[in-house]
Amino acid sequence: DIDGVGQKYHLELVLEDLLDKDSTVNCTAEVLYHLGNNIPPDVQFTIEGELKNAEEADNIFYNRIKSLEKELVAENIPDSHGNVSPEMEPVHLLAWVASGYVIWQNSTENTKFQLAQIKHVKQVKRSDEYLEFDYTILLHEMVSQEIIPWQMTVLWHPQHGVQVTQ
Amino acid sequence: QALSSPPHQVDFWRHPTSPGQPADLWVPFPGLQAVKVFLESNNISYRIMIEDVQELLDEEKKTMMKSKRINRSTSTFDYASYHTIDEIYDWMDVLVDDHPGLVSKLQIGQSYENRPLYVLKFSTGGSNRPAIWLDTGIHSREWITQATGIWTANKIAKEYGQDPSITAILDSMDIFFEIITNPDGFAFTHSSNRLWRKTRSINASSNCVGVDPNRNWDAGFGGSGSSSNPCSETYHGPYAHSEREVKSIVDFILSHGNVKSVISIHSYSQMLLFPYGYKTAPAPDHQELNELAKKAVGDLAAVYGTKYTYGSIADTIYMAAGTTVDWAYDNGVKYSFTFELRDMGRYGFLLPSSQIIPTATETWPALLDIMVHVLEHPY
Repeated sequence: DIDGVGQKYHLELVLEDLLDKDSTVNCTAEVLYHLGNNIPPDVQFTIEGELKNAEEADNIFYNRIKSLEKELVAENIPDSHGNVSPEMEPVHLLAWVASGYVIWQNSTENTKFQLAQIKHVKQVKRSDEYLEFDYTILLHEMVSQEIIPWQMTVLWHPQHGVQVTQ
Repeated sequence: QALSSPPHQVDFWRHPTSPGQPADLWVPFPGLQAVKVFLESNNISYRIMIEDVQELLDEEKKTMMKSKRINRSTSTFDYASYHTIDEIYDWMDVLVDDHPGLVSKLQIGQSYENRPLYVLKFSTGGSNRPAIWLDTGIHSREWITQATGIWTANKIAKEYGQDPSITAILDSMDIFFEIITNPDGFAFTHSSNRLWRKTRSINASSNCVGVDPNRNWDAGFGGSGSSSNPCSETYHGPYAHSEREVKSIVDFILSHGNVKSVISIHSYSQMLLFPYGYKTAPAPDHQELNELAKKAVGDLAAVYGTKYTYGSIADTIYMAAGTTVDWAYDNGVKYSFTFELRDMGRYGFLLPSSQIIPTATETWPALLDIMVHVLEHPY
């Protein structure tokens, strides 16, 4: 508890690769929630070791999308039965990453958000090297149990990473 | 030829080919005498192969009907998929048919939209034996719960007489299992909004529909952790037990008078919870419930390594007023637990159907632990 500033938490956690449960990485983090909850929490972290290299899979996905004749459009990922088609799996993962940013920007000590579903995703063709996707996602907030729709525009490039505009 | 035309109207099942080769004919009853006379007067020897074809047809029809139902038997039902409300209601009838003398179906009331509220009763006899209540699907979007409910109900029926624990339980106690506790909400998740949680009751003062059935119970009703806003997912409703889906369970349990455990199944978060949610003060039986929860989650984890946290609702998840288990506990049902099944948020409510059977399989030993404890600790 930091008087006049907010609440600081020191965390020790283990990151687990979603796609490879045996691949884990230790992490320490400090999270500062500001008084008033009007600004996103400050997050500092260090990772012990390296995150897995996904370059090959990233490039395959990148090239596939770049070479599509018609812009990618999809809905309801996962579907009602929890299914995600293999072609949509990277689209789903990208939404996960991007929603992580949205969640961070909107978190307080009293919220717990998860990405519930991609309602709609539409690729926006660009002349530069980036891929652009317009997502409508549904976030589930655990404490209130609310389902919150959110619009996000996501830019991605294998070497330049993810950028999110809300 | 003479035989196939009127007046004989015989039907050849094996046509005559050459002399010395047999022919088979079907003869309608009225023409029987005449055909016999015809054959005898023409020196054609015959013997009767089938006395009464109709009898055979009737027998075959019966067998076909039976096999049609065997094909819908509980052993061929696809437990690894999510089902519609109609499919589940049909399956219930098949479960009852497959286990006469053990399973029966009761209706405890009707939903807001007049759907039947069905409860499966597992009983080996007696009169008003001490009972365990199980419910799944009170929050309609938690599809893994109804799916786990179906698998579990079938498991209970199958294992009676095989598994020593469930046999001991059912030899002295009854189990009541409501699988689709919120049928209107469930139908809505299929037809319109997969993420619908509440009932579908119309609110007098608002365009927003539905009440959170797990905030509508008379236990700390209206308190912290529930909302007075009809548009909220945790709207507690205009008054306690306003929802028919809740009131029918209240009436059932109170009039039964001998319910010793209430286990309400939700998703997601991987938790095993017990009262209280409406206050932070520990329940009088906190220690015993805590120990039992610890054992149950340990046995659950032993199956596939799935980790659950456990504790009181208020300590473990959040403050929640007007919940099922708090009401049950405050009405004398000591062993009141809430499960939050898989997962931890990766798929959340949209848990892939490939996880149905693993989830149900790992939850089973935890349920058994609770039920065995109830059996062994009568009160």
